[in-house]
Amino acid sequence: MIRLTDVVKEYPNGTHALNGLSMEIQDGEFVFMVGPSGSGKSTVIKLLIGEIEPSEGRVMVNGFSLRNIKEWQIPHMRRTVGVIFQDFRLIETKSVYDNMVFAMRAVGAGPREIKKRIPYCLHLVGLENKSRRLPSELSGGEQQRVAIARALLNNPSTIIADEPTGNLDPARSLEIMRLLERINALGTTVLVVTHEKDLVNRFDKRVIMLEQGRVVSDGRGYYGRKF
Amino acid sequence: MFSHGFMSFAAIGITVACLLIMGTFTLVAVNANAMLEDMEAQNQMLAFVDKSLSEVEARALEKKLMEIPNVAKVTFISNEEAAAAFRSRYEDDELFQGLPDENFRHRFAVDLKDIGYMSKTKAEIEAIAGIGDGNVSAYEDEAAGFITIRNVAGIVCAVLIAVLFVVSVFIIANTIKLTTFDRRDEIAIMKMVGATNGFIRWPFVYEGFLLGLFSAVIGFFLQWALYEAVARSVAANDTINLINMVPFSDMRFYVAVIFAAAGMLIGVGGSLSAIRRFLQV
Repeated sequence: MIRLTDVVKEYPNGTHALNGLSMEIQDGEFVFMVGPSGSGKSTVIKLLIGEIEPSEGRVMVNGFSLRNIKEWQIPHMRRTVGVIFQDFRLIETKSVYDNMVFAMRAVGAGPREIKKRIPYCLHLVGLENKSRRLPSELSGGEQQRVAIARALLNNPSTIIADEPTGNLDPARSLEIMRLLERINALGTTVLVVTHEKDLVNRFDKRVIMLEQGRVVSDGRGYYGRKF
Repeated sequence: MFSHGFMSFAAIGITVACLLIMGTFTLVAVNANAMLEDMEAQNQMLAFVDKSLSEVEARALEKKLMEIPNVAKVTFISNEEAAAAFRSRYEDDELFQGLPDENFRHRFAVDLKDIGYMSKTKAEIEAIAGIGDGNVSAYEDEAAGFITIRNVAGIVCAVLIAVLFVVSVFIIANTIKLTTFDRRDEIAIMKMVGATNGFIRWPFVYEGFLLGLFSAVIGFFLQWALYEAVARSVAANDTINLINMVPFSDMRFYVAVIFAAAGMLIGVGGSLSAIRRFLQV
């Protein structure tokens, strides 16, 4: 579960990114977070993955309180959250399979676990036949699917996707959203940060809209507000 | 490992150079100290006994001399022995051969524990009744000179070691920084998937450790060759062949251990300082 309570974030340069933001996402939910540039979406993501600390308020992610989390606990918290970015963040010199091995070894997984988990995750995203390809040999949509498979390796309870379709054409974007929907159906909480209103409108999901560091609307479907 | 060939080569080269300079100055200091100890061992003061005292009375002063804290050893030399030594030294000169024993005074050859306290000890000896003011001959100026050389060498050595150590750490740190910069995407992914700081840090620490260890091994053998070459030159030179250099084989083990420890410390210290910034998130 994700819970932010009266969160204020002021950066050292004096920018107020979040101004008393509160929201809660239950386990197993699929949520879109939308809002214009500078509304605080990126700051929320950074808070949720422990990159920054809130100036005020409480942030809870999968049982970890990020306000006073110990440095050594942060990696363990991150293992409960799979993150997907717009730019895929794959290692260009490694094959799809080796990208996955790299991510699993980074968290101390053994060979047996690696052999079992990677084919499963690649099968989930439909790329089991492309495991030996380099990222440059794949399309944008396929690269994003590799990134999703990598995010699933630690069997996280939450997936956070930051503009996952920003680099993709509408058809590939829809494919990725359908894939995330399938992953959600398996019980994983999914939070998608996006500004693509057409895409959001195609799914009847909960939409949290931010503006000036606050939640301005929270409900199912798209409310037609400009962002 | 050693992903930046040229920078790794440069880092090893500079670290070897730093270790060599540190090692050379340390070995110079070791040799200077050994020479000083030799000189100290040979450095004696002569305390002349009052002429009015008989040999038995003079010998009785030995106990008082030994009570002085800085006195290591006292050897009594009777006037007869002193006269005989004098005559044998000038055996070709007939003028000195006829000198009577009574012209010589009983004396003590006094060895000191620390020549740094020579003046103080001289004053203490002169304060003994039966010896008196002006009856102690000592090479105070020479002793003070040796002390100054030893102290200056020690300070120069310590300052150079500290400066070169910092320079080496800085260079290794920059080499590792290049590697970390090259691998920043991999580091970001590792952090994103939940790798611990220790897991992220160890390959870089290992690289720094190996850079330092390689430098130490190369530096040790170069130092050995350099030392032997200098020792051979000193032995072959007519002017300076009186300098007795400590054989390298006597110090080999210590030099190897110190080089290895310094190399590894420089390597690991450099890596830790380079990677620290990347792990602050």
